[in-house]
Amino acid sequence: MAAETWHDIKNTSMNFDIDKIRADFPILKEIIRGKNLCYLDNAATTQKPQVVIDTLTKYYSGQNANIHRGVHYLSELATKEFEDSRVKIKKFINASSEKEIIFTRGTTESINLIANIFNKGILKDGDEIIISGMEHHSNIIPWQLIQDQKKIKLRVIPIDDNGEIIFEEFLKLINEKTKLISVVYVSNSLGTINPVEKIIETAHQQNIPVLLDAAQAIQHIAIDVQKLDCDFLAFSGHKIYGPTGIGVLYGKKKLLEALPPFQGGGDMISKVTFEKTTFNDLPYKFEAGTSNIADAIGLGTAIDYVSSVGIEQIAKHENEILDYATQSLSQIKELKIIGKAKYKSSVISFVFDNIHPHDVGTFLDFEGIAIRTGHHCTQPVMDRYNIPATSRASFAIYNTKDEVDVLVKGIKKLIEVFN
Amino acid sequence: MDADLKELYQQVILDHNKNPRNFRKLENANHFAEGYNPLCGDKLNVYVDVEDGKIKDISFQGSGCAISKASASLMSSMVKGLSIEEAEKLFKKFHSVITGEITDEKEIQELGKLAVFAGVREFPSRVKCASLAWHTMEAAFKQEEKTVSTE
Repeated sequence: MAAETWHDIKNTSMNFDIDKIRADFPILKEIIRGKNLCYLDNAATTQKPQVVIDTLTKYYSGQNANIHRGVHYLSELATKEFEDSRVKIKKFINASSEKEIIFTRGTTESINLIANIFNKGILKDGDEIIISGMEHHSNIIPWQLIQDQKKIKLRVIPIDDNGEIIFEEFLKLINEKTKLISVVYVSNSLGTINPVEKIIETAHQQNIPVLLDAAQAIQHIAIDVQKLDCDFLAFSGHKIYGPTGIGVLYGKKKLLEALPPFQGGGDMISKVTFEKTTFNDLPYKFEAGTSNIADAIGLGTAIDYVSSVGIEQIAKHENEILDYATQSLSQIKELKIIGKAKYKSSVISFVFDNIHPHDVGTFLDFEGIAIRTGHHCTQPVMDRYNIPATSRASFAIYNTKDEVDVLVKGIKKLIEVFN
Repeated sequence: MDADLKELYQQVILDHNKNPRNFRKLENANHFAEGYNPLCGDKLNVYVDVEDGKIKDISFQGSGCAISKASASLMSSMVKGLSIEEAEKLFKKFHSVITGEITDEKEIQELGKLAVFAGVREFPSRVKCASLAWHTMEAAFKQEEKTVSTE
């Protein structure tokens, strides 16, 4: 191990109290089928710290009211909590204004929102959208749905055997018809961290906006949207220790102001007559109807929690676990790791020659180990590697090397039974 | 191994997974269907040679988990020689056992070798794995050319 890395790890262990962190997550004490829970399905959803659970209880027991326009005490309180959360998110990703933070149901809705308003406001027959070969279905299908109405072309950046995008091929795809580049920051099935800075820089040389799917990045990488200069960024609350059903779309103010609204309804208007409606300012223009108030506030608490530990510290810890898991799993000769990008986040996909991922998942479940098996909503990735599915272990703030050992032990037992 | 897990992955199932019977393409098949389980990406082709309403020969090919492969393997051994009606009746009973509708041990044992799949009832997410080959066989009888889905 390089000297520099050692130094990093030493620093990490000094400031990063794993026992304290584990104690913050009540579910980690659960006993599953007689075994301690070994939760390694964090790319699907993360567990929630007590402070987030408490926030939801507190909201529903003492703060619940509908927000905006209410003149009574509770409405003003709920509005303040809701808007405070927006400011926390703005600070967390360093947006230039809270007007650029739009609450959605999650990453999927955020991407669909952009697809919808681009379809209404920008896209014409013959236009092209670029995505990558490692997109989650949620960054493929919204664009395909537009194809039912318009003749737009979806162009796909190919990926190599290691699970990295082929940058030269990306350059070949850009042309004057390209209206948007929509790519995943971190792949949920391969763990690849894409060179988004380079992609954005290249796109902006041709004045093409970039949407980043940050569903698997927000909880692992410090994101500064102004430094990145991405035009749009989408993420979900539940992948960063927050509640389900709440997510964020970040968008540059200028672009969002120029684009048409998404859904119509309450909150997104400033004046309505039967003849004409004037739309509200940002961010409300894109938040029709009563928002998911409680979960938005819960997400704010989750962001506070992550900030209190420090996203850099979390990344260091997770990278240490990822390195250890990669080394340990590489020593099992029957196992093959899928996704060997140079820069990876804490996701390991693996396959066996003779054991199907579904059997792996069921077997490990009886060891108390929760992993994900299947195509991970990335069927084109599975096709690329000519496999039906993989088993995937994904790590978070509270995982330990001991849990990696439990996984390895479980896999060895599995091989014994099946081979 | 845990008792429930042992019940699911009985030795017979593990054996059939490793050495599936009738695992080949049937060249002179007059019935064929493709099965697909979108949940896990399993794909299974079933080939049947039907003569005078009877299953003269049957085979399968594809990729899948131990449960789906062993189920296809045992199904192909069990239905050979049966009439289409008898095979369909067997599937009905098999389905009732793996979904837990039939729990009477005597009735389960009437399935013969297929009784090893009774443990699937404890794993609702795996019922589709155990029934994929059977659904595909039924589709082949009807000679549906399109892919059958378990969804």
